[in-house]
Amino acid sequence: MRDALSVALTVSVYGVAFGAASVAAGFSVVQSCLFSLLTFTGASQFAAVGVVASGGAGISAIAAAAMLGTRNALYGIQMAPLLKVKGLKRVAAAQITIDESTGVALAQAPRGTDAMRLGFWLTGTGVFIFWNVFTFIGAYGAKSLGNPASWGLDAAVPAAFLGLVWPRLETMYLRLVAASAVAFVLLVTPWMPAGLPIIASALVAVGFGWRER
Amino acid sequence: MLWVVLIATSALCFAIKLVGHSVPERWLANARLQRINALIPIALLSALVIAEGLVTKNHVVVDHRLAGLAAALAALFAKAPFPVVVIAAAVTSALVYHLH
Repeated sequence: MRDALSVALTVSVYGVAFGAASVAAGFSVVQSCLFSLLTFTGASQFAAVGVVASGGAGISAIAAAAMLGTRNALYGIQMAPLLKVKGLKRVAAAQITIDESTGVALAQAPRGTDAMRLGFWLTGTGVFIFWNVFTFIGAYGAKSLGNPASWGLDAAVPAAFLGLVWPRLETMYLRLVAASAVAFVLLVTPWMPAGLPIIASALVAVGFGWRER
Repeated sequence: MLWVVLIATSALCFAIKLVGHSVPERWLANARLQRINALIPIALLSALVIAEGLVTKNHVVVDHRLAGLAAALAALFAKAPFPVVVIAAAVTSALVYHLH
């Protein structure tokens, strides 16, 4: 219960941050809300509006979002044999297959498959509702606030990315990957069109992941 | 352009999710693919921190946003919960922006 509350609170703040970031990037309130309803995978949404905000090409925004979304396919592969759903229910399950729902489902493993399924559906739908409601609040709020820099919104977005990556940096090796990506972007930024360094940083992941450690 | 980004991003992200639910497990079992895939969020999210916090167009720029990022980093080191991290960054950045 405490976990659910903390997940809900975190999702709410992320949702507000996304709505605000999306409006600051030039998307309308309606477009921001459609992002959260249809794309519904936080890091990808932030990346898409982030690339647009930095003046990147549309194709760069789409590619960065898609690359960040690929992990959801791996989650789906783990969840499909557990859920065993068909048709419309499978479409719904696919849409709510994200970090949180998969994470909670896997954490319920010691309590059996029923608990895992329940964890997946409850977390997925719960996050879906919170994420969309708070995207609207963030987008609508940002629209009435005006200049994003005046409210610190332009710093809240990179801080949100920092908050997303921070818990993943569990080992020295993973910190090295992150540091390399940082160095890479600083190095190539003057030479590449805006937005492209973000996608090109996937090369850092390819370089590190190519060989077994 | 914005509508294209919105629709293409949504369609692709949903297709990726649906593929995961539809393909046989062995299709994505390639060890190299899995290693790279596990590292992609770390590389891209780290890149986004810099691209959003230290870059304007294609120049590396130090401004109020860096003060905000420093505050976020301090909050993370202090094991602050996520909302505190983002709010610390926003407040610090806004302060520096107005003092300037």
